[in-house]
Amino acid sequence: MTVKTYREAIIEAMILEMKRDEKVFVIGEDISGGRGCEDFEGEAAGGPMGLTQGLWDEFGAKRVIDTPISETAIMGAAAGAALSGLRPIAELMFSDFFGVCFDQIYNQAAKFRFMYGDQGATPLVIRTMIGAGIGCGPQHSQSPYSIFANIPGLKVVTPSNPYDAKGLLISSIRDNDPVIFCEHKALLGMDGEVPDESYEVPLGKGKILKEGNDISIVAIGQMVGVVQNCIKSLEEKGISAEIIDPRSLSPFDDEMVYDSVEKTGRLLVLDESNPVCSFGSWITSMVSEEVFSSLKAPTKVLTPPHCPVPAAPNLEAAYLPDVETIISASENLKNYS
Amino acid sequence: MQLSKDKLIDAYTRMKKIRVFEETMRDEFAKGTVPAFIHLYIGQEAIASGICVELNDNDTIASTHRGHGHCLAKNSNLERMTMEIFCRADGLCEGKGGSMHIADLSVGMLGANAIVGANAPIAVGAALRQRVMGENLVSAAFIGDGASNQGAVFEAMNLASVLKLPVLFVFENNGYAEFTGVDYHCGGGDIAGRAEGFGMPSYKLDGSDFFAVQEAAAEAVERARKGEGPSAIECYAKRWYGHFEGDPQHYRTKEELETIRKDNDPLIIFRQKVEEAGLVESSELDIIDDDLTSKVFNAVEKAKNSPLPNVEELTTNVYEKGSY
Ligand SMILES: Cc1ncc(C[n+]2csc(CCOP(=O)(O)OP(=O)(O)O)c2C)c(N)n1
Ligand SMILES: [Mg+2]
Repeated sequence: MTVKTYREAIIEAMILEMKRDEKVFVIGEDISGGRGCEDFEGEAAGGPMGLTQGLWDEFGAKRVIDTPISETAIMGAAAGAALSGLRPIAELMFSDFFGVCFDQIYNQAAKFRFMYGDQGATPLVIRTMIGAGIGCGPQHSQSPYSIFANIPGLKVVTPSNPYDAKGLLISSIRDNDPVIFCEHKALLGMDGEVPDESYEVPLGKGKILKEGNDISIVAIGQMVGVVQNCIKSLEEKGISAEIIDPRSLSPFDDEMVYDSVEKTGRLLVLDESNPVCSFGSWITSMVSEEVFSSLKAPTKVLTPPHCPVPAAPNLEAAYLPDVETIISASENLKNYS
Repeated sequence: MQLSKDKLIDAYTRMKKIRVFEETMRDEFAKGTVPAFIHLYIGQEAIASGICVELNDNDTIASTHRGHGHCLAKNSNLERMTMEIFCRADGLCEGKGGSMHIADLSVGMLGANAIVGANAPIAVGAALRQRVMGENLVSAAFIGDGASNQGAVFEAMNLASVLKLPVLFVFENNGYAEFTGVDYHCGGGDIAGRAEGFGMPSYKLDGSDFFAVQEAAAEAVERARKGEGPSAIECYAKRWYGHFEGDPQHYRTKEELETIRKDNDPLIIFRQKVEEAGLVESSELDIIDDDLTSKVFNAVEKAKNSPLPNVEELTTNVYEKGSY
């Protein structure tokens, strides 16, 4: 085992899968950045966040395809390539840009299998960056995974740490349906133990990060790290929290959540998406329908407020659910009667 | 060169203001006082200024992520714009937009935009005022070489052409889209030529020469006001600095940077032309330089000393006050 960053884990997954299967290729803007310039010297940029660094050197322009800024063409070409037997990894630099190219994702790729009578697969991975917290402003900080998860035919993955990032990406690349792989920009530099060899983290399988008896806390993406910072304070307040990272939202490990809520009787969900029709509200709705009799308190979802992500750093800090809000929400659930 | 002296002074002031402002932002970014990434306009000053001297307050522009120069050229409020870059409560966008989203609707500046190419249809929309209300106006979109490859830009050009709308599609070919060269990313290599395909007159010119830009703009604006439809102006001028501040620029050589700064400085070119023609004294321009240096300095100091937005403001401005 070696310690690697979230970013390195993602690159390693792509390299391993590209070595294993020659049909796997990467396509996106600036992914080899600079290689197209006449006077190029030095290392290929690997995108503004370095998420494809080294791929061009290893696999060359045939399978590391730098594109113009044309998301509709990138996503459409990736969908078409997948339908025709290739296994594209298409990079959507920031998930906010889905607005430019969503037809190709949700009317096309997501529906091929269903509307074409299961004639072929669409093994497409869209890697994209989500999340607030580093001052990127209203059009570069969103977390639209609830919108993606709303669409039948798409799978949606939200890794919260380097180990899962690598294993989930490998599974996503091997999966035969379109997967939206949401990389959180605030986590790119996060360190963690990541085995060098190839391994899969299955889609649709959550992970219990800590067992507990009083309250089930389901945290998505960046929120996993935030809730981990609450564990000690919660324990000091006599609250034993069970912490669940669902890792993928679609398919979703509902059984894991039901089992946990049956044990604890309380549910808190931490979700970075907009509150209205958030993924968190879907989780609480399923729980209310399926294990209502186990509940000792109303379910609770913490999200940012119903507003875009602001540029000002103090507003952005107030935008995201923080340790204090999580602790007080947990106390309220514990003390509910 | 038949511009009045006032107009020459105005043009120089706009360009120089951009230069001083961006150099100051560069220093501030290095000091760590700017809360987000910034994309500097240095090297391209003559483009925004050459277009905007032909526009008035009722005319509109739609800008890009590299928007500081467009804001200043359109005479956006310097102090409130600076505050916005520092995300302050009294910034033009109340601190919620920041550098990539500065807008000043009071002078027809419809916003910087962090979605590349999205501004082109927006500029077309503003131009609809001519058709719907019979207003006398022109609307310009600034579009990077990289952005020129967006579907939205093609659709906007076609719509403007079909409806004969008063739009200027100003293509700023600065050689790069982030780290990718225009030679690589632009099929056919002829951005203005694409616009011709939509049936609009187009220009290709040196974007470091204010007079080249301004002359083309004057013609295009005249046609647009007369109801003769859109034009495209492709201006070449490489940016002097990285895509964003902090970009190590491995994709271009030091020689390239030295050459553009030596041979393609829009301010030096402008000064040479007006001074050689005896239109403006060098000392008059020096006075402007000093004046702008202190204005920008003051704006930055004022911005840095002004308060951040109140946290209660987080959820305001999503809808009209009191309507939700
Ligand atoms: C729709 C969309 N795709 C990608 C990006 C990321 N991005 C920001 S700036 C940029 C390059 C823009 O190049 P160009 O249009 O030439 O403008 P310049 O930066 O050279 O001024 C890219 C790819 C974006 N902001 N929006
Ligand atoms: Mg460019």
